[in-house]
Amino acid sequence: MTAARGTRPVGVDLQDSEDTRALVEAIEDVNPDVTLRRMPGLVKLQSPGQLVISREAVEQRLGRPWETHEFQLNIVSYVGNISEWDDDEIVIKWEH
Amino acid sequence: MAKPKLSMRDRYRLLTRDLDWTPTYVDPKDVYPFTRYEGIKIHDWDAWEDPFRLTIDSYCKYQAEKDKKLYAVIDGFAQGQGHLSLTDARYVNSLKLFLQGVTPLEYAAHRHFAYLGRHLDGPGARFAALCQSIDELRHTQTEIHTISQYNKYYGGLHNWSKMHDRVWYLSVPKSFFEDGMSAGPFEFLTAISFSFEYLLTNLLFVPFMSGASFNGDLATMTFGFSAQSDESRHMTLGLESLKFILEQDEENVPIIQDYVDKWFWRGYRLLGLVAAMMDYMLPKKIMSWKEAFELYFEQQMMEGLFPDLEYYGIRLPRHLDQAIAEKDYMSHQVYWILYQFSFAASFNTTVPTPEELDWMSSVYPDTFDRHYRPMWERAKRMNDEGNRFFFRGLPMLCQICQIPMGFTEPGDPTTIAVRTSDFRGERFNFCSDGCKWIFDREPEKYVQAWLPVHQIYQGNCGGTTIPEVLAWYGIEDGVDNGEYLTSADKANWDKWHAPAVVGGAS
Repeated sequence: MTAARGTRPVGVDLQDSEDTRALVEAIEDVNPDVTLRRMPGLVKLQSPGQLVISREAVEQRLGRPWETHEFQLNIVSYVGNISEWDDDEIVIKWEH
Repeated sequence: MAKPKLSMRDRYRLLTRDLDWTPTYVDPKDVYPFTRYEGIKIHDWDAWEDPFRLTIDSYCKYQAEKDKKLYAVIDGFAQGQGHLSLTDARYVNSLKLFLQGVTPLEYAAHRHFAYLGRHLDGPGARFAALCQSIDELRHTQTEIHTISQYNKYYGGLHNWSKMHDRVWYLSVPKSFFEDGMSAGPFEFLTAISFSFEYLLTNLLFVPFMSGASFNGDLATMTFGFSAQSDESRHMTLGLESLKFILEQDEENVPIIQDYVDKWFWRGYRLLGLVAAMMDYMLPKKIMSWKEAFELYFEQQMMEGLFPDLEYYGIRLPRHLDQAIAEKDYMSHQVYWILYQFSFAASFNTTVPTPEELDWMSSVYPDTFDRHYRPMWERAKRMNDEGNRFFFRGLPMLCQICQIPMGFTEPGDPTTIAVRTSDFRGERFNFCSDGCKWIFDREPEKYVQAWLPVHQIYQGNCGGTTIPEVLAWYGIEDGVDNGEYLTSADKANWDKWHAPAVVGGAS
């Protein structure tokens, strides 16, 4: 089963922690097609084509300021290509 | 009013690129002498992009936070006698294999990334390598701290550094990494950063850390996830460096394809140890090796990554079809090797429980009942009769991966695969087409391999009898090695979990 170009899934694995709950919600807010799989200690998020982590959405869920660099504290692994990582968002997608 | 903050983009430019200068009174080729002999052509080092836009100030800030979190957990683990909450002392054997095998590799990675942090021509690439070098040293330290927690209560972990240089199964990870370190910088980047850290890392770390969590091992889960949070940066370095090299010159493509072919197979063979660990050494299972391979390799890499790399002219790695064919039997073959040679290992092995055998039948429906269950049932019968099966002798090793030659022909789990090459009048043996192909590319390199069995026969390992070799390894017979059911770890575990123990103070 091969997904069509452009919709091949990308994803992140996050530590299952208190902060991650807010991150997962924020990711669901801006990526409607995201799917979740829980494994002991971690949460796997997958999304077709691309996955966006938006600072604004995370701050809303966390109720405090959040820098995108903070994402490094929760990430366990990812699949895809980090195509943008700036002050406002992190975008994971395939390039070609 | 607070000063307006610089954007990440500007900070990265100022603190990384902007601190570089072009030498004028020394030829740049003399400053960076190692980046041309592999034939890789780089025209513009400034095209190197670090998607993380990491700067030294935020690097230090977040690494400090990671360490604080981690050591708080390790302290809690020690104070709360966390090791008593494991599923079973048998679990610690998977940890022993992991910590003995991986800790020295972290240190080796620290050293080699420091070398890249000095010797790559571009400041962006050098800074990313420098951060990774510091990361790897942190991982070495956190793993040593975890070893010290377990070393208080369990056998086998007291001599990990020396064992890495001497013990037969640890020569598998050691020779893998030294193969990378003795290659050129671009091959090392493809070998370790791309192939190991991007292509295969999830197969090594994620199921293992999740397995640690599932088996109550807070300390390992925590160092694992803490290390893994750096790993996502390392994955990025791997993928970015590969794409950067491919974009720089079309003539780089066949060289990189060759490296990808070689290092896929090298890394995959190394993961045979992980496959055995996942299927046999975790009392509570996360997923089978087969399922992990399908999820992390077939779905995420073959279907996700490789269509992206096709754009640059990179195709799927050579010999991948054999890895796919092996997913139904590799873990069984590797654990069988560990089982029969564990009299000379610094961990214990045992026959899987009846529940585990049933689990394996269900996750390996095409192979387990036919080929492996009968073997384990016979091993159990022998064990019950007081005749624990150990192979009395030394195995033939593959010249490349250094694993005993226990793998079978692709698609035929009943015939042991043997490949050979002749070089300078001598015959060399390999476990697979992949390992033979690697030898034939560079025979001058691999004839120098330090093969533990040859070294024993040549008298370089303390003597030629088992007790002499064990003493040279630093393995205490009857304490660190052999059968789990009669081991010191098992006896201690039963004692610690006996009802109505009083008097914790001593």
